[in-house]
Order: sequence, then structure tokens, then C-alpha cells
Amino acid sequence: VPVSPDGPDRPAYLDPGSYAVVAAACERLIPAEGEHPGATALGVADYIDGLLGAFLVDPPRIWAGGPFSGRAGGAPGFAGFLPLGRFEALAWRTRIEGSRGRPEREWNGPVTGWQEQYAAGIAALGPDFATVDGAEQDRRLDAAPEFKQLLYEHACEGAYGAPEYGGNRSGAGWAAIAFPGDVQPRGYTDAEVRERP
Amino acid sequence: VTDFEAVIVGSGPAGATAAEVLTAAGWSVLVLEKGRNHLLALEPPFAPLGEMSNDELKLTRRFFLGPDPLLEPRTFRVGDGADPEVGEVNNLPSTVGGGGFHADGKLPRFREDDFAPLSAAGPVDGAAIVDWPVDYDEMEPYYAAAERAVGVAGEAGANPFASWRADPYPMPPGPDMYVAVLTSEAASRLGYHPYRAPTGVNSVEYDGRPACNNCGFCGYYGCPIEAKGDPVAPLRHALRTGRCEIRPEAYVTDVLRDGPGTRATGVRYLDGAGEAQTVSAAHVVLAAGAFETPRLLLRSGLGNPDVVGRYLQYHFQTFVLGIFDHRLHGHRGRSVTHLMDDPIVPDAAARAAAHDAGLPFLRGGIVEHGAAGHPVLEAIQTTPPGPMHSRLMVDSPMRDRMAVFTMQGEDLPQPTNRIDLDPAVKDVFGLPAGRVTYAPHRHEIACAEHWAPRLEAVMREAGAEHSFWATSPPLPGSFGDRPGSRAPVSRHIMGTARMGDDPRTSVFDRWQRLHGMENVLCTDSSVFPTSTGYGPTLTIVALAIRASRALAGLAPLESVRPA
Repeated sequence: VPVSPDGPDRPAYLDPGSYAVVAAACERLIPAEGEHPGATALGVADYIDGLLGAFLVDPPRIWAGGPFSGRAGGAPGFAGFLPLGRFEALAWRTRIEGSRGRPEREWNGPVTGWQEQYAAGIAALGPDFATVDGAEQDRRLDAAPEFKQLLYEHACEGAYGAPEYGGNRSGAGWAAIAFPGDVQPRGYTDAEVRERP
Repeated sequence: VTDFEAVIVGSGPAGATAAEVLTAAGWSVLVLEKGRNHLLALEPPFAPLGEMSNDELKLTRRFFLGPDPLLEPRTFRVGDGADPEVGEVNNLPSTVGGGGFHADGKLPRFREDDFAPLSAAGPVDGAAIVDWPVDYDEMEPYYAAAERAVGVAGEAGANPFASWRADPYPMPPGPDMYVAVLTSEAASRLGYHPYRAPTGVNSVEYDGRPACNNCGFCGYYGCPIEAKGDPVAPLRHALRTGRCEIRPEAYVTDVLRDGPGTRATGVRYLDGAGEAQTVSAAHVVLAAGAFETPRLLLRSGLGNPDVVGRYLQYHFQTFVLGIFDHRLHGHRGRSVTHLMDDPIVPDAAARAAAHDAGLPFLRGGIVEHGAAGHPVLEAIQTTPPGPMHSRLMVDSPMRDRMAVFTMQGEDLPQPTNRIDLDPAVKDVFGLPAGRVTYAPHRHEIACAEHWAPRLEAVMREAGAEHSFWATSPPLPGSFGDRPGSRAPVSRHIMGTARMGDDPRTSVFDRWQRLHGMENVLCTDSSVFPTSTGYGPTLTIVALAIRASRALAGLAPLESVRPA
């Protein structure tokens, strides 16, 4: 399994074959292009792996702490994750794992979890997905539109969310788009707010 | 003997303000909050918990401030019989601090005519426009008190449409954002009247909290340094009296009443373990917001059943987007630093357009001069997957090169627009979900169609190379009018238990007490008879001060109109 240098105690939820399919699909959705490093270089698959395996660590990797990351001063509070309340844990387990027939998760009926959607989606893309050409990858992604949309939303989160969630490796996603990311507690001076860039 | 003199349902601006006023008057108060506490320690010195952060995933993608739509779904339909959509509908934060938490803190006052819209401009077919049971002159000192309590930075006299005020703002305005200078100067050249927005964000140290350092994570985020006064200031003031207790994770299910049903005796709630608890109180203050308050009234069988839940109003939002040839760094500063009120006071063109549309007037709302959102939102909502994604994200036409006007158009009250209890969908506690039935009046649509091209002209004058516009809710038949996107994204929710003097046509009286049960008060925007074209929060706070003072038997506030 490729391991992100930014991802200490990463849960490694996906098996190597599944990880390779997810990584290749994300690169197709967010490709390296000009100044943009693309999903693979940003560790987007690591982000997704961390999301699907959020409950393999405690506290679960859902809400990073605060108030500062340390990138603009202060202590690195984003590095620790906040505990979930009882009902929040129920919601996130249901969202990630699915209701799996458990009555306490089915107050409005069965819920198909992200883990189940990824398992089905990865199977639909095929075990050889990482090795087929781009046109064939596009065809297979387009044949699974709901999974493609879910994957795209997660890939965008992984590319441009805070690095503590496992993607956006070393802030390279922000650097590519000239976004400074979190800036507390330094902030911007009044002159920086007013001035023409 | 009761456990508390007042139990307050909800800890947002409405409930926090009631808690501050009532504890200052010597009352013992319990605040029950459905969500968790991420705001401040509940023991002295009530320090910040340090859980707010510049974290787009946590705050905008992962429901950190609640409610989680899986736990507490809501449903939406465009009319009786239409297919319902299930999920997130107008969700305001459900957490200690409530809706004040995520607002970027634009805090304008209403105008004199806004309290007497029927008298000022007459009726409109299909709408139930009424005058408010309070007027601006009476409200002025409460507005001033609200501005002091929250801490509002602004510039008296800058807005030519503003009504009179007795005193200057507590703080001067913060720094102008570059993008707002571009667009507001263009608006002035075209004859409009932009002004520095009154904002509940410190421009200097105020009330023991620091000046804003312009981090730009404002709308939809809590403030990591407490430069936003709402809602932390009133809650901390209340806690410091030693007479306020806040219980998070306490979901009020019913208002309890005595045998004859003429007085409330307290509330029943579910605690963090899901166990039912009861608490007794001499007074019950409803401050759960204009979505959850009518839901609680309906569950409890309280209030005029012909009115509770009806006259649901949002703001009909028109978004005008301009794409510039250079980066605008709209991520620096307070999200929005300029407003203009021109669409609220019809000019000759708006009067002519109203005539052509067969309407007595077109009344829009404040125009917020702002910038685009953060990059995860930009990526998901504005770029397609594939090579285009990477090129657009690098070039940033939909974020760093974009200016955004948001017009908060007045939404006329209609009895068919309403919140009731969904017959099928439930929350995790087994209670019926809130259901919205809503369609805009044709006034709102005509108003958007009139103003959008004029605001596009301002964008072009400011230097935008491209401009376009959209509305929320989407115009019928427009690109956005498709399943799953028809619910208004507005978080301004009003009018669902309107106040008035006639118990046959209103739920609460002019002092915001429940008709027929005088020890129940409502301090949130459920009581608004009309929506106006202004953000509701300052008026919620001002009304909450007025109603809470009256409840505690304190003298009315007074002010002197400058000659």
C-alpha cells in the first residue's frame, strides 16, 4: 500500500488493489495538468482511505481539532481529532458503514454506506482499471454515474481540504491554486485586505 | 416552587439575548440547547473551547455545527401534492450559540416603513402583508442596545436610506475588502448608494474580545478568536451572573402545561443519553428558530392552529456573479464589507417594472458586495471532473477572480407557505421531521428579474469580463429547477408564528407572549409578521431585549430622536 508521508497511523482501510483503482480513478477526475499536480501527487486516495476507515482510530478521523493548524502560528491543534458525541458517532458510522440491518441505524429505513458504495463502485470499474487507457477509464466511470459523483466530491475534499485529513499533501493542493489555506492566528493586515493583488 | 424562573429553548441569538436580559434582571435561567457545546467552557471564566477553526471540511462538509441531516432530516416540497425532497433544508447550526455562530455578521436595522408595510405600500393580491405591532421609533433604543450587546462596527450616516438613530455605532467599520471597493465604487458611478456594512465583528478590541484579523473564514464558520460578538458575548454575560445554566444535548420535545391549559409549567426534553427529563419553570421562552419553534408548538398542540407554521418566509436570493481579469483575494477580510439598499426603496425604473408586472410595487433587499467561497465548494459546485477541473482551479474564475452580489429580496407572506410535521419521515429520536411547503410569490420573481440585469451592469462597470445570475430558490423552468435543488438555500427563516394584536390571526401578542398562555414567550424570528429585505439577526436581538425586559417587568428603553 502506498503510504502518505503526511499520514501517521493512517488506518489503511482499502486493500492494495482497491486503493490502486481509487487512486487511478481520482487522477482521471483531477488530473495533473500544467501547474496542477493532480490527485495522485496530492494523496487524494489517502484522504479517501482515511475517510472510509475513520473509525479504525479513536477519536475517529471526522473533525480535526482547533483552533490553529500551526501553519500560520500557534500550536498544531488540527493534528488531534475531536471526540464525537453518541448520536454523532451513530450518524457517521451509519453514513460510512451503512445501516447493515441494525435497527438502531434504520430510523428512516436502510442506509447504504460509503464503504458499500465504494466496494460496488470499485468492482464496477474493474480490477484492471488502473492499467486501461484513459478513454476506457472515462467510459467505465461514466457507466457508474452515482459512484463517479461520490468519488468526485471526495476527491475534491481530499485535494483542497486541510492536509490533516490525509490529502492535500504538504498543502500542495492549495499552492497549485494560489489559496493560502488556514491563516489563523496570523490573519491578514488591514492593508492586505484593501490592496490590489 | 419551580426549578427555574425561566427555561429557554435554544441558545442562538434569540435565546442568548433572553438569557442575558433575564439574568441581569435577577432571574434564574436554564438554557436548553439541542446541539453540542463547541463554544465556551461552562465553568468560570467561561473560556473559549478552541474548537473553531479555519477548516472547510469540518465546518461546511461534515456538519460540525449540526444538525446532521441523517439524524434530523427535513423535507421540502414546492406545493401540496408535490414530491418531497428529504435531507438538509435551510439548516441553521444546532449547537451552543445556534445560528449566530455561522453568520458573517451583517447586522443592518430595518427601516421605518418595514414595520408598517401595509400602511406604507398597501396590499398585494395573494399575499398576507400586515403591519407590525411595534414601530421603528419604539424599536430604536432596542436596536441601539442590541448593537452594544453584540458589538457592531459601522458608520452612521453612510446609508442614505437608513432610518434615524440616536447614537453612533459602538465601533468604526473594519477595513474595506479590495473586491468590495471595486464593486461599490462602480455602483456609485451608476447612481446607487453603497455603504460600509454594519457588521457584528470587532474592528477594535471590544468587550474583552480582540479585533478581527481578517482571516476570511467568516460566513459558515465560527470565529476562532472570538472577534464575532454573536453569540458568545450574550451567553458569557449571562453565565457571569451566576444565574444561568446551559445544558447542551437537551432536545425539548414538549411544553408542559397545567390542568386547565392556561399556563406552561415547564418542558420535557431528551438528554444526551436519549432519556426523557422534565424541568419546571415559571416561564418558558421559545428561541429555537423559525423552523424548530413551530415544530415544537405543533408537537405540543400550542398556539392558534390556523396560524402556527404558516406564513413561512425566507429571503428570495438573487446572486449576480462577475468574473474579473485579475485575482481579487476575496478570501481576505470579513466576507462582505459593503451593502446597498437601493432595491428596497423603489426608484422610477422599479416603479415602472412593477406597473408592467401588474404589481403595486417591487421591493427587493439589501445587496451584499462580496466574494466567492472556499476551494472545496468551488471544486465541487463549479468545476467538472477531468482536465477542465485542474485548469479551472488553477485559473480560479469561480473563486479568486469572482465577485458576488447577493440580493436578499423581500419574500411576501403567504398562508400556503408553511412548516408542518412530515407524515412519514422521522428524526433519530422518532419525532416527525419538519416539512416545508413553499413557492415564492410572483412579486419575488419579478423583482429578481428586474434587478439582476441592473446588478450585472454594476459588475461590468466594475471591470468584470463576464457576468451572470441565478436565484435561490431557482426560477421555475430555469437550469437550477430540478429535483434536489428546489429548497431555498437561505438561512433567513421567518414568520412561522407571527405576532399581532388579534389572536384569530396571530400566535404571539405584541410583547411576544403566546395568546392565551401569557407565561410562554417567543424571542426568535418566528414572530416576524413580514420578512423585509434585511438580514433578520439584529432585529431578532432587539426584539428579544424588548420582550425579555417586559417579561421581567423592567421599564421600556427610550431614546431621543435627534432634531
